Amino acid sequence: MTTIDKKTSASGATSATGAPLLEVRDLHVEFHTRDGVAKAINGVSYSVEAGETLAVLGESGSGKSVTAQAIMGILDMPPGRIPKGEILFHGEDMLTMSAEERRKIRGRRIAMIFQDALSALNPVLSVGYQLGEMYRVHLGLSRKEAKARAIELMDRVKIPAAAARVNDYPHQFSGGMRQRIMIAMAMALEPDLIIADEPTTALDVTVQAQVMDLLAELQREENMGLILITHDLGVVADVADKIAVMYAGRIVEQSPIHELYKRPAHPYTRGLLDSIPRLDQKGQELYAIKGLPPNLMKIPPGCAFNPRCPKARDICRTEVPALVPVTEQDGGELPGRGSACHFWKETIHG
Amino acid sequence: MPENTSTTVEESAVPVATAAGGAVKGTKKDKPERVASMWSDARRDLMRNWVFLVSAVLILALLVIAAFPGLFTSGDPYAKGFCDLSNSVVPPTGAHWFGFDVQGCDIYTRTIYGTRNSIIVGVLTSVLTTLVGCVLGMVAGLRGGWLDVLVSRFTEVWFAIPTMLGGLLVLAMLGTGNVVTVSLIMAVLGWPQLFRIMRGSVITNKQNDYVMAARALGAGGWRIAMRHILPNALAPVIVVSTINLGVYISAEAAFSYLGIGVQSPNISWGLMISDGQDRFLSAPHMVLFPSLFLSITVLAFIMLGEAVRDALDPKLR
Repeated sequence: MTTIDKKTSASGATSATGAPLLEVRDLHVEFHTRDGVAKAINGVSYSVEAGETLAVLGESGSGKSVTAQAIMGILDMPPGRIPKGEILFHGEDMLTMSAEERRKIRGRRIAMIFQDALSALNPVLSVGYQLGEMYRVHLGLSRKEAKARAIELMDRVKIPAAAARVNDYPHQFSGGMRQRIMIAMAMALEPDLIIADEPTTALDVTVQAQVMDLLAELQREENMGLILITHDLGVVADVADKIAVMYAGRIVEQSPIHELYKRPAHPYTRGLLDSIPRLDQKGQELYAIKGLPPNLMKIPPGCAFNPRCPKARDICRTEVPALVPVTEQDGGELPGRGSACHFWKETIHG
Repeated sequence: MPENTSTTVEESAVPVATAAGGAVKGTKKDKPERVASMWSDARRDLMRNWVFLVSAVLILALLVIAAFPGLFTSGDPYAKGFCDLSNSVVPPTGAHWFGFDVQGCDIYTRTIYGTRNSIIVGVLTSVLTTLVGCVLGMVAGLRGGWLDVLVSRFTEVWFAIPTMLGGLLVLAMLGTGNVVTVSLIMAVLGWPQLFRIMRGSVITNKQNDYVMAARALGAGGWRIAMRHILPNALAPVIVVSTINLGVYISAEAAFSYLGIGVQSPNISWGLMISDGQDRFLSAPHMVLFPSLFLSITVLAFIMLGEAVRDALDPKLR
């Protein structure tokens, strides 16, 4: 125990001197099923600083949620396996920690918000009980203290009449209120990092904006790192600082958020941006990326996107493009930008 | 001043009601500040449900009869001279409401004394099957893998033995049955049903998002099993167990009716029905009264089961 404490405090010191809050390095995850091995993540690297928001964008099956589950340590293993990679939290590799050490980090230092709050909350326990459980499990508070803290939390996420509703059950709340409760649960122990897995997908558009605003506000107040997983480019534009676009278990493009919208450096990102409906296109047919996402058991050789890519050439079908830094035409630096496309130059510079 | 008195009356009425409920459920704790839990909410819900109240009153009455049959009748069916052959098959009279059987024994007294055996068989069998089924179902459902395969296949083989026929065989082999052997045999043959329900329920519930969410927020394995999976998985088991309680009581009656359950001179409703069947047309009262008690008991437990199921599901509140 003492050695662990020393290690944690030591890493805390290093994080002050520059190690990012969370750094994922060359992460691989595969699932062994009866039909074969599904390679869900094939070398993902990204990092988040305190107070920073990273949006992870990708369609279903691109590996964005699996990455999050690997970080949280809630992957089902087996069938899941992590053959390679590091997940550094305050500079310390979580994949080499014991199950008990990781459990202590979950909830207390890294918390997670799920997509569908109705199914992520236990239907037979009141929301007050479930919020209070955070304090009872991690801090050992009594029932009564935990309940008082639960009411404070509900106030904090702006649930009206919190004291009166603390004994209500999840199904008695509206979708937006339920998602606020999920946020409150994640916030309960003031973690350093929150992973939000499509937190607004199950909500309607007006409520989406409210929940995103709340999340951004709490993040600012607590100076937390936030990983925002989404498939919706519209949701992240205003909140995220930087973005990583995933395809078939790889990051195909990363960029500061506004740069990406202006000048995508990967054909897949371009396709995503072109498929957002716009008012000036009224009456025209909406662009869609042709084809289907790849089967993770049979990822095409070369660039995984090549069968769907309008610009694919021979090299794309044989060589896997590495994530390389993206620069201006004159060689000027574009900090934080990268693309995994053989032809990123013509994609970004037209 | 009149207002004051009315308040005190109301105040005193509330604790009485809760005390009665506490006695039925076997738990009783009233805190000034309500702390919500699944069970306390279920209890409050039950107290407003007439189906539960009726069945609870009936079961309570049956339990008292089973425990203290002497309170309800002055006769002792096991005493010498209790039966008088000169009263054989006498129909109900003012002094003997249920009439007499072939041997000239008072049917009312015998029905009252028969309650104990029926209730013991029902409760004992239900508790045993539920315990075995739940523990094995929980372990198999949570662990999965080879352990689950092993227990499940074994259960399926066991499941193939029909309860009634298997019971017949074993009881016939033993020759004489009593309350405990009948219960044990029915429990040994009956637990696979509860196991399957529990296992299926645990597997469904452990895949739920809130289990993953609880893990993501740092709950340990034991806490997830006991707090998040068990209460959600238990509801269907409780319903089936309470309904089964009635089924087991009638099964005991069937065994006794076939002559291999509880044996004379012990008294059970099934035995009484069996004794009276020959003369059902000429003297229906010999079958009618024990059957009536049997039906009411089974009905009460089934009603209880349904009320408990409704109360345990917060979505129905």
